[in-house]
Amino acid sequence: MKTLDVQVWRGDETGGFEKFEAPAQENQTVLDVVTWIQRNADPSLSYRFACRVGMCGSCAMTVNGRPRWTCRTHVSRVAKDGRLKIEPLLNLPVIKDLASDLKPFFDKWNAARGTFEAAIKREDPLVPISPDQPERAAANAAIECINCAVCYSACDMVGWKPSYLGPAALNRAWAAWNDVRNDNRLDVLKAVSDDAGCHNCHSHQSCSEHCPVGLNPTLSIAGLKRATSKALLKGNLK
Amino acid sequence: MAPLVIAHLVGIIMAVQGGLTAEEILGRTQGSLGWMCFYSAFVILVAVHGTIGLRSILIEWTPLANRIVDALAAVWLISALILGLRAVVAVTWS
Repeated sequence: MKTLDVQVWRGDETGGFEKFEAPAQENQTVLDVVTWIQRNADPSLSYRFACRVGMCGSCAMTVNGRPRWTCRTHVSRVAKDGRLKIEPLLNLPVIKDLASDLKPFFDKWNAARGTFEAAIKREDPLVPISPDQPERAAANAAIECINCAVCYSACDMVGWKPSYLGPAALNRAWAAWNDVRNDNRLDVLKAVSDDAGCHNCHSHQSCSEHCPVGLNPTLSIAGLKRATSKALLKGNLK
Repeated sequence: MAPLVIAHLVGIIMAVQGGLTAEEILGRTQGSLGWMCFYSAFVILVAVHGTIGLRSILIEWTPLANRIVDALAAVWLISALILGLRAVVAVTWS
């Protein structure tokens, strides 16, 4: 029986890698391997998953240096020489083993103010929005984010400047900005144009490269850069 | 800043045709209000642009606190302005 050489992070930030030997199957995902370890080798291993079919984003971890959904990562694709190195998501505090603390990610999500605030009341007529309208198309392209934090974990800037809001929060802010029914569009721009905002992005595109849903946060952030610059020149950002 | 950079490059290419001496340059620039305005604007924009960039690099690559980074950036900005505008005056004042 062929085996995989698996190094798994244990403990918090002060912890270290522990080595396991897991059976190598013909078809298996990294999540399968982690589950095997927890069930057969060490029940004290902590990790997260939910749907295990590539929809929820809960199983995101760092696999051989890259943030990925482990349920959507075939071992044969990433462990060419039978070696796996599994760590929690980077750029986040570590709770235990493979579970990162996503609180900073969600705090920044809120800080970027990518929320919807209605400009009309219940009794008012609906605002007609066609899916072909350019703003609606831009919002639709960015709206599918499920907050898995893979892009946040992949982003160099988040690593270099801990206050930076990050790709997911800014991508959602762009979607909110493009919702023309929104009453708070200027507030969105103000929230993303300070020292921690969109202008920190250097367009490395690690976020777009790694997003499992196929979103393009770099493009969204570029849009926010244009929108905030225009608003500044018009004097709207006071 | 971009159009000024292009103008600067075009100016250099035109000026070096057929060789270039310091007297030739100074003959054109000394006493010229136009060159003084152009290069003063250029110096100010470059000083600001460079300062913003260096500040970002210090924040991203060093553990220095923001207050210290801002102070260093301010020192650089003032130095660049002084050196640059000093050069403009030297070349355009008559």
